[in-house]
Order: sequence, then C-alpha cells, then structure tokens
Amino acid sequence: MQFSEAWLKELVDYKIETGELVEQITMAGLEVDSVQPAAADFKGVVVAEVMSVTAHPDADKLRICQVNVGEDESLQIVCGASNVREGLKIPAALIGAVLPENFKIKKSKLRGELSFGMLCSEKELGLAKDADGLMELANDAPVGTDIRDYLSLNDQLIEVDLTPNRADCLSLEGVAREVALLNKIDFSVTNYAAVSVEHQEQLAVEVSDANACPRYLGRLIKNINIAAATPLWMQERLRRSGVASLGAVVDVTNYVMLELGQPLHAFDADTLSGDIQVRLSQANEVVTLLNHQELKLEPDTLVIADSEKVVALAGIMGGSETAVSDKTQSIFLECAFFNPRFMMGKARQYGLHTDSSHRFERGVDFELQHRAIERATALIVEIAGGSVGSITDITNATTLPKQSGVLLRQQRIQRILGVSLPNSEVDDILKRLGMQVETTTDGWLVTPPSFRFDIAIEADLIEEIGRVYGYNNLPQSSLLMRSALTQAPEALLEIDQIKDVLVARDYQEAITYSFVGEALQKMILPNDNYIKLQNPISSDLAVMRTSLWCGLLQAAAYNTKRQHSRVRLFEAGQRFLGIDVEQQEKMLAGLALGSVNAEQWGEKTRKVDFYDVKADVEAICTLTGCEIQFIAAEHSALHPGQSAEIKTLDGRSLGWIGMLHPTLEKQLDFDCNVFLFELSQDVLLDRKVPSFSSLSKFPSVRRDLALLVKEEVSFQDIKDCIDQCKETLIKDVKVFDIYRGQGVNEGFKSVALALVLQDKTQTLTDSEIDAIVNSVLDTLSSRINAKLRD
Amino acid sequence: MSATLEEILAQALQEIEIANDLSALDTIRVQYLGKKGAFTLQMKTLGKLEPEQRRVAGQAINQVKSDFQTALESRKQALQAAVLAARLASETIDVTLPGRGQASVAGLHPVTLTLRRITKIFSSVGFKVEEGPEIEDDYHNFEALNIPSHHPARAMHDTFYFDAHTLLRTHTSPVQVRSMEKYQPPLKVIAPGRVYRCDSDVTHTPMFHQVEGFLVDENVSFADLKGVVYEFLRAFFEKDIQVRFRPSYFPFTEPSAEVDIECVMCEGKGCRVCSQTGWLEVMGCGMIHPEVFKSVEIDTEAFTGFAFGMGVERLAMLRYGINDLRLFFENDLKFLEQFN
Repeated sequence: MQFSEAWLKELVDYKIETGELVEQITMAGLEVDSVQPAAADFKGVVVAEVMSVTAHPDADKLRICQVNVGEDESLQIVCGASNVREGLKIPAALIGAVLPENFKIKKSKLRGELSFGMLCSEKELGLAKDADGLMELANDAPVGTDIRDYLSLNDQLIEVDLTPNRADCLSLEGVAREVALLNKIDFSVTNYAAVSVEHQEQLAVEVSDANACPRYLGRLIKNINIAAATPLWMQERLRRSGVASLGAVVDVTNYVMLELGQPLHAFDADTLSGDIQVRLSQANEVVTLLNHQELKLEPDTLVIADSEKVVALAGIMGGSETAVSDKTQSIFLECAFFNPRFMMGKARQYGLHTDSSHRFERGVDFELQHRAIERATALIVEIAGGSVGSITDITNATTLPKQSGVLLRQQRIQRILGVSLPNSEVDDILKRLGMQVETTTDGWLVTPPSFRFDIAIEADLIEEIGRVYGYNNLPQSSLLMRSALTQAPEALLEIDQIKDVLVARDYQEAITYSFVGEALQKMILPNDNYIKLQNPISSDLAVMRTSLWCGLLQAAAYNTKRQHSRVRLFEAGQRFLGIDVEQQEKMLAGLALGSVNAEQWGEKTRKVDFYDVKADVEAICTLTGCEIQFIAAEHSALHPGQSAEIKTLDGRSLGWIGMLHPTLEKQLDFDCNVFLFELSQDVLLDRKVPSFSSLSKFPSVRRDLALLVKEEVSFQDIKDCIDQCKETLIKDVKVFDIYRGQGVNEGFKSVALALVLQDKTQTLTDSEIDAIVNSVLDTLSSRINAKLRD
Repeated sequence: MSATLEEILAQALQEIEIANDLSALDTIRVQYLGKKGAFTLQMKTLGKLEPEQRRVAGQAINQVKSDFQTALESRKQALQAAVLAARLASETIDVTLPGRGQASVAGLHPVTLTLRRITKIFSSVGFKVEEGPEIEDDYHNFEALNIPSHHPARAMHDTFYFDAHTLLRTHTSPVQVRSMEKYQPPLKVIAPGRVYRCDSDVTHTPMFHQVEGFLVDENVSFADLKGVVYEFLRAFFEKDIQVRFRPSYFPFTEPSAEVDIECVMCEGKGCRVCSQTGWLEVMGCGMIHPEVFKSVEIDTEAFTGFAFGMGVERLAMLRYGINDLRLFFENDLKFLEQFN
C-alpha cells in the first residue's frame, strides 16, 4: 500500500523525521518498500492567472499572454497550449525557475516575441507522465503562492509491503494507529456525525447468505450534481495513493477506502430495478464488469443483484450497466461487511484482483461500516450535493464476527520470547494496541479490538508483545539444549564423498532443472512414463524428467556450442517415475565427451571411450565396497553395442552406462561420441562395512595364460567359467592384454590372463598349481571352447 | 740410468693432472702403485740397502707415495664432481611446463558448495540432515503448515500442480512436518533441497534451493532462535556482521521474523544490491506455530520450537558476488569453473 506522509501526519502528529519513521514501522512489521518524493525536484513555479490572451503575429499555434504572478506588474509569457484562456489559474515558471531534469527557465524570444517565463502542464512539473494542456488550478488558487506549497508537493510517498495478517493497516487510519502506538501518542478515530436525512426512500435489501454477508448498509442519495469536480486536495491524495481520479462519486468511495479501509460501491440508482439481493450466484448467470469483462459466474459466488440481474461481484467489482456515469442523478451507496472466509480466492478464481477484493479477502473491521457510510455520504454531499436518504441496515448479529477474550499467561511470554517482562509493561503494550485487558491469576484475559480480527490465540498476543517491545530488544542466547552424539552410520556412504571422487576425475558438477521439454523427454526415453505439470512455465520445462540425462545432454550441448570440445559433467538429483514418494528416485548421472584428457603436451590425445567412463563408474563403486557387474543390455538412449546395465552381485539394478545412440547424437547436434552413466543413489550408497580376514604368511604365485576364444566370448564369460571352478585358492584374475591379428585367426581373439593363487596354510607347490590351472583350462575349454595359444 | 724419486713423482703428478676421466686415473694408479708400478719397484729396491739407509729411503718413498695418493684422490673427486655436474646439466627440464596426465579442472556447483558450508555449520552443533520428496501433497506443503486452501499466503507461492492435491513443493518446510511425524522431540534438523515456484524473470528461476532448519525441545525460545541465526550468519559470512530481526508473517511460525544482514557489498552504506537500504533480507524464521504442532500431535505445552528457512542461491550470490540468478542453471562451464 502506498500513502502520502503529509496525509498520515494529518491523522497522527508524530515528531520524527521520514527516515526514522520508515525505520520504525519497518521494524514493527510494516516493511517499507520504497520512499519517493511526491513530486520531482523543481523550484520557481507559482500560482498565476492569465489576464489576457492575444494571437502571436508570426505563429498560428502560439499565444501571447499577460500573466499575473502576484507581482505589481503582469508578465508577458508566450504559450502554445490549446487550453490557455483568460481567467485561467495555472502554474507559471518564472525566470530563474528550474524544472525537473534541470530544465532552466530563461528570458527568451519565441518567433520574435519576448517571453518572461513558462506556463506549465502537469507533465512539465513531473506530476504526470502525459498532459494535453496546461495544468488547470482551482479558481480560488491564491496567485503568487509557490506551487509546491499550494499543492503540498513537499511530501513523501511511502510504500509498505503488508503481510497478510496486517489487513488493519490497509488504510491511512490503520497506519496512523500503528504510528501512534509505536510513538506512545494517544490516538482516537474521528467520529463522523450522521448526515441529516432528507428523505425516507429506501431500496429493500435482502441478504440470503448472512454468513457471507453479516452486515449490509445501503442508502439512496438523490439529485446529485454528477458534473461536480473532485476537489484538488482529494485528487492529490488519490494520486499519491496510486489511485486515478474518476469523478467525484467514485473518488469519494475510493478516498474513504484509503482513509478508513472500508471498500464501498456506488450504483447508479436509476439503473437498478426492484430490490437489492445479496445472494450466491446461480449457474450460468452473467455480468459485465466495470472493466468491460464479461463473466460467466460459477454457482457459488456471492453477488449483489437487483430483481432482474447480477449488478456486482460482492466485494470485488461492480457491473458496468449499473455503474455511475456522467448521466447519473441518484446513487445507491453500498457499504457492507463480507466475511473473509467467503471472499478468499474468489477474485483470483475469476482472474481479478482489486483494491476492494484485496481488503475483503484479508478482512475489514466489522464495526466500521456505519462510520464509513456516514463519512462517504458527507463527502459526496459536500462535493456534489444531493438529498440523503436513511440507511438500510441488514445486520445479522449472530453471523457477525465476535471478538472473544484470549488468555495470555505471563509464564508463556517468557517461555516463547525468552524474556521476563514486568506485568506493567505487558499491560501497557496491550492497552496501546487497543486491547481490552483484564488481569487473571496467571496473566491476562485480552479482548482484541474489532480491527485486530487477526488476534485469536495466545501466540498471536505474544507476537504482538514481541513486536511492539522490539525483536531487536529481545535477548539472544547461545544454543543451550540437549545434545546427543551424532550418528555415523558406516553402511551408508554420503553422496558428497562420491561427488568428490567425480570432481577428482575431472567431472564438473551441474544442476539442471527437474522439469524438461516433453519432446526431449520423449526423444531420449521413449519408453518411460512421465508426469506432466498442469501449469508449466514454458514448453521447455513442462514434464518431470525420468532421467538426469535429459538435463545433462542439454547442458553439454549448450557448452559444445560455446567452443568447449571436451565436456565432463555430473549431476545428483531426483528423477520422477510417478507422483508417489517411492517413485521419486535419487540418481547420480555423468556425461563425458571429447578427449579423455584435457589437451596437453605430454600425452597423446585420444577420445574418451566406454572403458574410460566405466573406470570412473568403477572408481565410485569401489568406495561403496559393493561388487557390481556390467551386463551387456540395450537401452533406448544408448548404442546397442556399447551399453550395459550395472547390477550388484545380488541382482539389484544400480543403473546404466553406455554411448549415446548415434541417432540421438545427431538429433541433439553433437559432432562426437557422448558417453553417459546414471546410477541409483540408494543402491550406490548402500555400503558394505569391511570385515577382516586373516593375512596369509605364504607367497602368492602368478600364472599367465593366453587364451584363444571366439570374438563373441566376453571377459565376463571367461570370468564366470573360472568362478564356476570354485578354486578358492585363486585370489585374483587380471586381463593384461587383448590381441587380434597375426597368429590369431579372423573371428578370434587372444585374451591374456593372469591368475594369482595363494594359500593361507602353505607355499603352493608346482604340482598343486598345475592341477588348479589345468582344472580351470578344462572348464574353459569345455564351456567356451577356449584354447591355450601356442 | 734410473730416475730419482722426485722425478718419478713429478712425472706422476703431471700425468694425474692431465687425466680426463676416472678410468685414465685408475690406469695411472696401477702404473705407479700396481705390482709393477713405479713406486712398488722403488720399494723393492729397499731390501738391498743397509738398515740405516733403508729407513731414510723408505720414509722418502712413503712420502712421495702419500703425495701421489693425495693428488690422485683430489683429482678423482674433481673428475667425479664434473661427471655429476654434467649429468645434472643434461637432465635439466622445463619445470614450468604443465603437469602430465589428467589434470582435473572440475569442481562442485556453487549451490553445492554453499549447501555444504551451511550443513557443516549446523552439523557441528548436532543438527541432522533430513530430506523429503520434491513432488509433495497439498497436506504437507500447505495444510499441515497452517496454510488452508484460499489462504492469501498461497497466492504468494505460485505453485506448480500435477493435480488438485499434488504439487512440486514450494518450500522445504514440508520436511519439517514429515520429520515431526517420524520422530519424537527433541529434534534438531536441517532440510536442504530443491524447491519450485511458477515464476521466471531476472530475479526468479522456477527452481531454486532452500535450507529449512528447525529445533524442538522443552524450553526453546525466540532468544535461542536469535542466537542460532546470528551465530550461523556470522559463521557463514566469516564476518562480524550486523544482523536484525524484523517482524513478519508466515502461517507456520508465530512470532515470525525476517532476518536482514548488513549489506555485504557496501557494508551497510547503501548500494544497488541492497536498494540503498544498507540491509539485505536473507532468511525467514519464527517460533513453530501451535497449529503446526497440532497437526503432528506434539504437545505445545510440553514442547516449543523454532524454524528458519533460507534461499541457497541468494546466500551463494552474496558470498561469491554473483550478480545474475539465472547463471546457476545455465550450466555454462565458464561460470561453473570459477568455483573450482
């Protein structure tokens, strides 16, 4: 909410400077967003009167004016505005004046005619963005007065960002009350005397939903002068509150809303037919609103209707058909209390948000309506005349909110705020807040005023006490609480440890959006079921990823397009296979493309390949102590000949590794092979706690074998064979060479293996070793047709 | 005619002098001290002499032998030193060339760096890390946090929905509810993670990170909250920084506060980053609302607690001087590699 400081000062006479006020209310919970001068900086402009206007001899559009600026002699000023005329009061910038943006006024000649100043528009004074002529001042404006004084332009516009609980401050009166409380100034609201009633004509009002509308006041004001101009002071206050001036009647309703916080609505009484009804809308009812929007109503919206039609969305916006226009003669003034419970979310449901709906949703003082309607009536009559009718008052006392007493315990204040406040101080704060206070055995029974309908429980009161006492005056203590030793579960690896290993292996961590474009998701993972956002921010961020590869591939492409020929990225985050908690799986994924090492002088450059990335995955898995296996398998995103599913030895799926499918490589615009892996964090981090086995005192023996096998026999096949022999003395099997070429037939390869054997109880003899090796060779020969190479 | 001892020595010393390597020197040694060496032959002549002469002559021979050996040794050391010097010279390399092999230039994302620091600071006093699902239900994200449907606070959350009850969590506060459902107090928990809001402009990304923290025990007060927040911010910024608590409103805490720190860019003097106020809003906090305790069936008479929440990107931006939020998720290596 934005307001003028000068207006505030009229309601509460505080002695502090603007800066201090801003600090004070900010620290009391009314956060000040901005403070701006009410008018741009300018000087040397006075109220002036045009005494005579004559044509310029050499220019059709210019006029030569004699202007009274309050001096003995009038000044000749040349003016080009179309609305300049004799008798008009206008702002005149004198010689030596400085207008906004440092525009200096000097004596000048316009087409040969001397001009001793400039007559100003609102735009030239920085009061409006546009103007189509001179600023016209009231007839009684005192000639010669500095325009800044006349318009009270030495004022600050303060904008506060109010939290939803402080609806009581959505008015000048509310802010004034708060300022008075903080500065210990007595404050009481102005009681507006009832305007004398001149006729008894009333519109019958029927409220069919008293829960939603506990109070409805209305009155007819007849024979008003709709052409009457809103006084300048009111226009200025509206302008400084960011509200446009739209004619006297509407201006008054807006003014009272800003002043007291009560939204009102004025209908053109002659456009209403029959009684006023406050009811819920029926299916398919329509209304055209003031903003010319035609609405088809939902069946549960509170509306104001006459006998024929809906005339307003209650508390949100009036209809255009029944709005006050320049033909209006009589008005029906509405001043109601709508219960916030029934208003919440309603405006938003129709895509609307108005000053009125904002206030009703957050809550209006339910005791304010009589004061507000009298205030508005008085202002309307003052400006536009009219014959005032008596008030129709439909109040349902049972549905009107009631402020009941809230118990506040002395001991609880200390327990929550951590400070022991003397009873007298608590008492003082509560009373300054406008609360009714009764002392009880262990504290107080506090009844909040009607404007503090947000206060309902003890915690609300404690917050108020803390706020007024000042959060920064409350004590601050060191952490004194029970502490238990931190758990250090060893069977759980932390993802941070794995991230560190990846960083050490030259993978840069990336963080990509959890939602991706539907096309990309479908392209990379056509077989996955994905979930869509109902209200995505854009089509690129529309569905939840089922693999972190989507984001990593995009990030890699982003970088390859920016001169990076070597990209290595990883990301840790969730993938989403469904909306259930267990379908949100934490993953770790990596991507590598380009040369295996960064370009350098010492090693020959080589492109990264499957085995490089596999080594990275193996390095991570080594941390967990869990043994894994790589099983050749096909994946929609991967090259069918270079992809593997990674499983633990007990068969749990850990993830996938492989080369991006050449088709996708092309579609995603890569010009080199891309290698990917993705692992489930839950499986990965499940760590085997090491267990000791005794050390052998006897030497180990190594036997090397060169096996000739068919090309399609995998290392895993060989290893499985050796495992099947169940030779427990074989401690390790290493591959140290793969050979194809001379001496090896086409379709075959030579696999050089090293078997490492060791016994815990003795040194193995040659014959024992031979027996084991022969048994292994027999199995290899019979199962996979492997032969020893000569 | 046989040469005198002096002549032999002079000859020997000259030969040592011109010897160029260790093997030449060894040849000289053999030539003079070997079985048939010049000095050895001289010794053999002693037997023919009278005892008195033998003693004098023996001393003379030993003297020249000793002179010869000293010269030999000194020359040997000189030659060895020259050999080493030559080797060292030949083995000299350009030590300014970069190291070989895989030189890692990679690093962690600045969000991770920031999260790690936050976690480390809180872990040091026993806060436990908890996580929760990112696709949340309406109950844990709103209802249980005292934000019923149509509450004005919901409008500020710009929620992404999957259906009427399922959404992307808008804050990490649901982890507070889930933790209190799972464990009994006393509780000290921090919950880092991704959160989502349907908002995207210069200062908003639709995904960002928060850390929620809370503590529930028998006698926890606002004073403890102030102490923890204050100490945390000083530890995080490694600076004796000014901190202020400003009354605010969150449906799930009461009293609620926004925490401002003295602007780290201008040290409170006022600059563009702090909109000339000298203060920066860095977190929200407050005492856990009785309604929240009610929804997880914790007795508000037995326990009190506080909670706080902060934006990780915001802290990272302030800590590292990053001026554009959107850089965090573009994953431009030129940006990411600055934090290695």
